[in-house]
Amino acid sequence: MRRYFGRKLLVYGLTFFVAVTVNWMIPRFMPGDPVSSMIARAGASNPGAVETMKAYYNGLFGFDQPLWKQYLNFWTSMFQGDFGISIWAFPAPVGEVILNAVPYTLGLMIPSVLLSWVIGNWAGAFAARRKLLDNTVLPVGYILTAMPYMWLAVLLAWSLGVVAGVFPVAGGYSFSLQPSFSADFLLDLLHHWALPFASLFLVALGGWAIGMRNMIIYELESDYSNYLAALGAPQRLIRRYAFRNAVLPQITGLALQLGVLVAGALVTEIVFSYPGLGSLILKAIQNQDFFLLQGTFMFIVLGVLIANFIIDIVYVVVDPRTRAGMAGAQA
Amino acid sequence: MTALTETSVREAAPGGGVRREALYFAVRNGKLVAGFGIVAVLLLLGLAGPLVLDLAEPGAYGTRPMAPPSAEHWFGTTTFGQDVFAQFVYGLRTTFAVGALGGGIAAVIAMLVGFTAGYRGGLVDEVLTMLTNIVLVIPTLAVLLIINAYLGIRSVAVQGLFIGLTSWPWAARAIRAQTFSLRTRDFVALARLSGASTPKIIFREVAPNMSSYLFMTFILLFGGSILIASSLDFIGLGPTEGISLGLMLQNANQWSAMQLGLWWWFLPPGAGITAIVGALYVANVGLDEVFNPKLRET
Repeated sequence: MRRYFGRKLLVYGLTFFVAVTVNWMIPRFMPGDPVSSMIARAGASNPGAVETMKAYYNGLFGFDQPLWKQYLNFWTSMFQGDFGISIWAFPAPVGEVILNAVPYTLGLMIPSVLLSWVIGNWAGAFAARRKLLDNTVLPVGYILTAMPYMWLAVLLAWSLGVVAGVFPVAGGYSFSLQPSFSADFLLDLLHHWALPFASLFLVALGGWAIGMRNMIIYELESDYSNYLAALGAPQRLIRRYAFRNAVLPQITGLALQLGVLVAGALVTEIVFSYPGLGSLILKAIQNQDFFLLQGTFMFIVLGVLIANFIIDIVYVVVDPRTRAGMAGAQA
Repeated sequence: MTALTETSVREAAPGGGVRREALYFAVRNGKLVAGFGIVAVLLLLGLAGPLVLDLAEPGAYGTRPMAPPSAEHWFGTTTFGQDVFAQFVYGLRTTFAVGALGGGIAAVIAMLVGFTAGYRGGLVDEVLTMLTNIVLVIPTLAVLLIINAYLGIRSVAVQGLFIGLTSWPWAARAIRAQTFSLRTRDFVALARLSGASTPKIIFREVAPNMSSYLFMTFILLFGGSILIASSLDFIGLGPTEGISLGLMLQNANQWSAMQLGLWWWFLPPGAGITAIVGALYVANVGLDEVFNPKLRET
């Protein structure tokens, strides 16, 4: 078990290192000069102003120092929680702007990911080897997984929001309300949360159902299932054993899908103008706010790494082989 | 009925072998035919549409803005009077190009990494597996976001390239596992005894024995690239010139097509992406049934 966690932590540590390095490298080694393009975008033509801005931006990125020192500075400022000043939300620091948005993204993602995983697995397991159900679950599942997240979000917002008028289509809460812990506000929050949640939930649901269905069929064909059936065990019992074996790859699958799920949450938030990280990224891109964009990137990487680690712990709890030091999970 | 067809396969077998048998089951597999059929129709529309149909320039501003679908504008027009059908047809081209490029590059990298790691084993395997795991954990879209944000001019080719460079890890892992199980087989040992070089063994002995698997991996990577590209386009980091299905969705969202009730603006592009990717997935299941006799329905 120590080896298992050691390996995982090594991978995550290296991943974090690579992510920070990539984050540092891209503004410096991309073709083109970010400083001059930023000045060009600001529309400054007065030579004096251009010089001042150039000096300012060079100092901001630390371009006037040798490369290795820039790299070390980047790490130190990151550990101090200093991601720079946001241009869009000037003069708020990037870290603060992001921390204000994170609760909305997490509030959207955690319930939708967990619920779609549980219900998707359940539906897939239930449908496997049952002709009638299988013929409905499978096509619906394929259509749902093939949908781009933002399209289902647009469809839901348009049909239930604009046409039917049942749900609001923009924002995290009504503009007429102040954030507080009153029942009114919480209800309003929930009302705005419902549609983005539903769209994230539905798209992810299809994939889990299909995966579980295929795994269950595979498990039901294995030797232990046939043996149990030969002994005269009831179908329910055989299915229960099949489910317990089939759920393990689905846990690994959840870890693999995290990146896709985050991407889905980002575009869904953009559709609903939901005040999470997705909307922040959109604002950062529209305003050429590179510090905000890079800060968001670091937060997303960190979040995905933490989530991966939690899934690893769950895997150890669920699969006894990893505890016994046998090669249960692929490292 | 099945007995009859079975015998006819056996009669045909000596001449054509495995390939003819696969083809025999392929044309009779509903999922495969339907899936590839849909993809082929959309691909044909994208390739031949601009040549055969009399389409407006996809970006050209027309005189009748916000018009619903009609005989003149099949899918209606945008707030700027652009013809949605023309955008859809040209957008299909871009979408297929990104899928082919991103999926192709990802497949090549995945094969290189997977074959080398699986066949060589040892330290090479350790290093490559570590690399794969690292790229696997990093959220792809987040990396693509900052790369594309710093790129001033974005083209379809560069978008496809970066998608390919970031989306190979799961495929490399799967190919590595397959190679691992093949390399201990007798025919590989025989090839090694006869003095064949490592690349030759990989491409002549190992790869052909998992060609069906490689093809299915490519299809999944193709579909995945299309979905990633559409997300990037939607966030506003799509190609700076031209049109794609994702860009159409982005425009529709940016100019409040939803609130204005211009459903013909945002329905076709999303339906197009869903149809392509969904059809690819279904075709993939069909292919699985063709290549794996255990899964065939009788």
